[in-house]
Amino acid sequence: MTVIDTTPVVPVQTRSERPWSFDPEDFERPTGREVNWKLSDLRRLAPLLVDEETEAGERSLDYDTGDAEARGLLVESTGHDAAPRGEIFQPEDLASAIAWKRCANALHVRLPEGQAVEAPVVVRIAGRGADVHGNAHIVIEAMPGSQGTVVLSHEGSAAYAQNVEILVRPGARLEVVSVQDWEDDAVHAAAHQAVVEQGGFLRHIVASFGGGVVRVNPSVRLAGEHAEGELFGLSFADAGQHLESQVYLHHEGVSTKGDVLYKGALQGEGARSVWIGDVLIGSGATGTDSYEKNQNLVLTDGTRADSIPNLEIETGDIAGAGHASATGRFDDEQLFYLQSRGIEEEEARRLVVIGFLMEIVQKVGVPEVEERLAAAIEEELRRGASLAPASRAGA
Amino acid sequence: MSVLDIKDLQVSIETEQGKKEILRGVDLTISSDEIHAVMGPNGSGKSTLAYTIAGHPRYTVDGGSITLDGEDVLGMSVDERARAGLFLAMQYPVEIPGVTVSNFLRTAKTAVSGEAPRVREWIGDVRTAMESLRMDPSFGERNVNEGFSGGEKKRHEILQMELLRPRFAVLDETDSGLDVDALRIVSEGVNRIKGETLLGVLLITHYTRILRYIQPDHVHVFVNGRVAEQGGPELAERLEEEGYDRYLKAGV
Ligand SMILES: Nc1ncnc2c1ncn2[C@@H]1O[C@H](COP(=O)(O)OP(=O)(O)OP(=O)(O)O)[C@@H](O)[C@H]1O
Ligand SMILES: [Mg+2]
Repeated sequence: MTVIDTTPVVPVQTRSERPWSFDPEDFERPTGREVNWKLSDLRRLAPLLVDEETEAGERSLDYDTGDAEARGLLVESTGHDAAPRGEIFQPEDLASAIAWKRCANALHVRLPEGQAVEAPVVVRIAGRGADVHGNAHIVIEAMPGSQGTVVLSHEGSAAYAQNVEILVRPGARLEVVSVQDWEDDAVHAAAHQAVVEQGGFLRHIVASFGGGVVRVNPSVRLAGEHAEGELFGLSFADAGQHLESQVYLHHEGVSTKGDVLYKGALQGEGARSVWIGDVLIGSGATGTDSYEKNQNLVLTDGTRADSIPNLEIETGDIAGAGHASATGRFDDEQLFYLQSRGIEEEEARRLVVIGFLMEIVQKVGVPEVEERLAAAIEEELRRGASLAPASRAGA
Repeated sequence: MSVLDIKDLQVSIETEQGKKEILRGVDLTISSDEIHAVMGPNGSGKSTLAYTIAGHPRYTVDGGSITLDGEDVLGMSVDERARAGLFLAMQYPVEIPGVTVSNFLRTAKTAVSGEAPRVREWIGDVRTAMESLRMDPSFGERNVNEGFSGGEKKRHEILQMELLRPRFAVLDETDSGLDVDALRIVSEGVNRIKGETLLGVLLITHYTRILRYIQPDHVHVFVNGRVAEQGGPELAERLEEEGYDRYLKAGV
């Protein structure tokens, strides 16, 4: 891929000291100048900044946990003070604090100790309309030595603020996939906060296809010794869509391993993606191995991708750390190779885009989820089929 | 019988220092039952010729013609050329992340033959071809050329040739980077295809070793963007002994 711009590294400056509070009153209404809002679409996210009663009686969105209850994976919903809710979660912005306050009963999915849960636990979250404001707190807890995949699947339309608290207990292996398949007018701001304890493993995947504004910000602490975190993302922004992820990976424990890879495709006038990747290697995190990368593929003119990797290292004693960011148009050599085998240009482009994003899909490792994501990519491409390809760099 | 005819071909590329002429009038006629070897020093324009035949957008044709049975090849897009029966085994095959070999092969076969191959037969054909090239079946699930060793990439090129059945194949240093066994396996592949269908081959190489397996009908010496001399297989032996000094000094 042709590299067009690579944003220089700036320090993570106090990322770990960002103010937090459970009380919305403690947050100023964002103006758009704040580090965590300056690239966001505040105008469209405005409904999520209104502190109003939303989940008083019935929930504002439909939650379908499928057979999770029958499989013994659901815990009675969790109130504000009921552990483990709030064990590690700290709202860091206004939308998140409102979601904390207004969601009285958190959904709590738990993988039982020592158990490998074979089929993925799918939580389907369906909105009832763009004008319906919803607030949620979801706890996903993988008990010691457990193993499994939890999928949060979003569809319909909503104005949705969401907190997801992820607890990976010692030796657990958890995969969390958040799929955003919203209607075009949905707005969704999610704060995922995770802790990975000793010898635990978290694979966290954000897949955003639909929605007007989707902002899913995962923040992961590799707290225990030998904790591992894989943070992957894939987004496909169409005309008028704003898809954003502010990723924060904090190496705290000794010999932790982190791998961050976010890939995005953009097509159509005003398609926008934002990626901010902060990696902090703490002073006690000796032996850290960490890599982060963001790659964007621009399919048509009129799109914009912001990509800002930050890496801060507080100890000299690490195994390795690196970061990369590239935004580019189609690779002519790849297109030529495919076309030289008789494949028409349009089909060749399709293959290259699918291939580009499939790198993330292939990491899921759960066939039914992979198929679902692959189908969503195909659907995006069908929608963009009539658009003219991005003009060549310098042409 | 088909004929690939290259006449007075002049090709340049755009560089940062401006336009650079690379091919300065190449003439070459290949029948679909012949093997032509092209040898020549580094930078003499061999790959440029190969890429120009395939239609790589980086190369500008300033003059001359390429025709396939009288049809204007230069007027065709890259994929049209492949569908017309031209194939290029590349010196540096490209990695395509996220596209599996089996998906790629099936897509290419469908494009070249104009219809999807029948599943059962196709799977058999792919398996047989991979076996004869000593490629592990697991390659089918890997992404195109990603993490392939140099020799594996070359075998994968020949695998495609075997499955796509072109009328003319340009092999650009397919022998470079192959170990002794792989060289034999790849050469056998070329000979097998040639034995089964009409195939004209333009074989670009630096070494006579491959010419012991794949017998050329004609050998061309390529120097400074032109064919400086032509002959039979004996010319290759002579080049191996004497090198290209003679041509370079003559200032061809
Ligand atoms: N992008 C480029 N910029 C500048 N020069 C180029 C470029 N591409 C090709 N050339 C030049 O064109 C000439 C011919 O290159 P070509 O690759 O065709 O040579 P070759 O005969 O295949 O060499 P080799 O035996 O090393 O493969 C070389 O001098 C090369 O440096
Ligand atoms: Mg070459």
